[in-house]
Amino acid sequence: MSEHFKTPLIEAKGLVRTYEVRQGMFGRATPVRAVDGIDLRVMPGETLGIVGESGSGKSTLGRMLLGIDPPQEGQALFEGKPMPKLATPEWRALRAKMQFVYQDPLAALDRRLTIAEQIGEPLAIHNLVPKPHRETRVAELMSAVGLRPDQAGRYPHELSGGQRQRAVIARALASRPKLLVCDEPVSALDVSIQAQVVNMLRDLQEKNHIAMVFISHDLKVVRNIADRVAVMYLGRIVEEASSDVIFKTPLHPYTKALVSSVPVPGKLLQGRVILQGEPPNPANRPSGCAFHPRCPLAADICRTSVPQLLSVADGRTAACHMVTRAEASVAA
Amino acid sequence: MVKNLVELRGLKVAFDGVQVLHGIDLDIARGEAIGLVGESGCGKSVTWLAALGLLPGKATVSGSVRVDGQEILAQPRHVLEGVRGKRIAMIFQDPSSSLNPVLRVGRQITEALAIHRGLHGEAAKAEALRLLDMVGIPDARRRIDLFPHEFSGGQCQRVMIAMALAGEPDLLVADEPTTALDATIQAQILDLLIALRAETGMATIFISHDLGAVSQVCERACVMYAGRIVEQGTIQALFDNPRHPYTRGLFDAIPRLDGPRERLIPIPGTVPNPRDLPEGCAFSPRCSHAAIDCRTRMPVLSATDDGRLLSCHHPVGSHPPIGVTHPVGARVLEALS
Repeated sequence: MSEHFKTPLIEAKGLVRTYEVRQGMFGRATPVRAVDGIDLRVMPGETLGIVGESGSGKSTLGRMLLGIDPPQEGQALFEGKPMPKLATPEWRALRAKMQFVYQDPLAALDRRLTIAEQIGEPLAIHNLVPKPHRETRVAELMSAVGLRPDQAGRYPHELSGGQRQRAVIARALASRPKLLVCDEPVSALDVSIQAQVVNMLRDLQEKNHIAMVFISHDLKVVRNIADRVAVMYLGRIVEEASSDVIFKTPLHPYTKALVSSVPVPGKLLQGRVILQGEPPNPANRPSGCAFHPRCPLAADICRTSVPQLLSVADGRTAACHMVTRAEASVAA
Repeated sequence: MVKNLVELRGLKVAFDGVQVLHGIDLDIARGEAIGLVGESGCGKSVTWLAALGLLPGKATVSGSVRVDGQEILAQPRHVLEGVRGKRIAMIFQDPSSSLNPVLRVGRQITEALAIHRGLHGEAAKAEALRLLDMVGIPDARRRIDLFPHEFSGGQCQRVMIAMALAGEPDLLVADEPTTALDATIQAQILDLLIALRAETGMATIFISHDLGAVSQVCERACVMYAGRIVEQGTIQALFDNPRHPYTRGLFDAIPRLDGPRERLIPIPGTVPNPRDLPEGCAFSPRCSHAAIDCRTRMPVLSATDDGRLLSCHHPVGSHPPIGVTHPVGARVLEALS
């Protein structure tokens, strides 16, 4: 309960990000709300998983939490203080405390620098470790992510996918960040390597008390690594709960369909909820609840009124008329 | 009449002198669905690209590929053309790069119908509409004249499947058909593949790194490692009681959606470079069960008493499988009962 009184490490209040999308070369630009009013908080040392399909706005949200993509409405607070403006000295200083890990490590690394040079770069940029000690710190970081000392002089193309992602993570850890935003960090890796990297992230986080926002479409990986999970659909959070309960007893019909769509080895296809249709185009958002055209439970109210993200039980929220109505009748 | 639809014998592939496929033997019966699983670079896709003569010229392919008893490997183009797309169709991971972006989808499907079934004009269009309906493209009559970029990723994959069905193939080779798709769309495509197989009776080869997806579509699976099949058996046998340490390792490495959130059990190390394969069993440097003989003597893929094929000197798991204790196996039995 004391959690409520602590200051969250990062807090988002009503974040909105709109992109202009043009249909064809001469078409009119239509605004697309990629992130549409997101509230969330991450406590120090906590891992928040964000799941959703492509176009749900989860990557844009990750960039907004770091201040790389400035919000048009709402604000992000880091340790209770508003995020400084992009590219100001204050923002750069803050960036040492929050780091980003991308899906494609080859694109995130410079092909012309050895991995030791790249891992050492943040130390120089943020002037964290005096030059004579940098080599020792780089060696420490490399061993922390499970890279061998003889790999220090290697170039990115000489490493495997898993080793490259380790190098990216070592570089992210160099400035001793308090927050790590990971956008699909293991999606490009094979299962056996994926398990190595997930375990490593869990260990590093536990040891260094780093908070993490873990963005992924892979529900199984998110469940393993996250304490809490937020499910996004078309720019909004539709359900949020601890990772233990959200996959066991999903409430929102979309979460139910997502959980049921995960092929479990050895389990047959029967009894699964297979959604009809495709995620709608964010430029042409359905009225009311954005999920209603695909929802098996949709009623009249879902077509006209947008459901709010409401508390349905201790520590869990959902944005669904059918769920909140059912909960209300149970309470009554 | 030959019993098997397709028979691969000793299929080997080398790129610039580096051997990447070390002799694949596989029989596909009519109407059967077989999964090929393994990590990137294990040769699961190369097997079928080689069998259908789709590899670039620098690849050296040897062995035998028979379709209804007729050899197709290294045959002249006209023999291959009678098989590719007609008897055996293939779909790939990224549908948007497999479709021609400047041709309307209807035209691309009718082209296949003209080549493989000699249909032209209205007859071809009517058949294309039927195929689009069959793969679940809503409002096919209006959308047949759209371009691929006007379809979503999942619908492009449906269009690809419609094109593959145009030749009424006996075998559909699906190479990671759902990997690039969102979870809910992936479930729809898996469902479609199962329904189509039930409807048309065509055999299916399902190539995937996703063991979950394979177990839903197939009856039998081959686990491949470093260019060889290391274990082959029914889905139930493999999931109940994996005997090869690599198969077991793959299952253990997958995080679960239920039960406690434990640390994952990874397979240590990485896949070996095909230029520099370890001596003996290729998996031995990563294997927790490896003994001295594993590092010197290559295990041979051979039949065990329970009907599976296994290539391991020191298999894991119980044998014979009395009283299933493996959690995955227990769940399979639950699902089947």
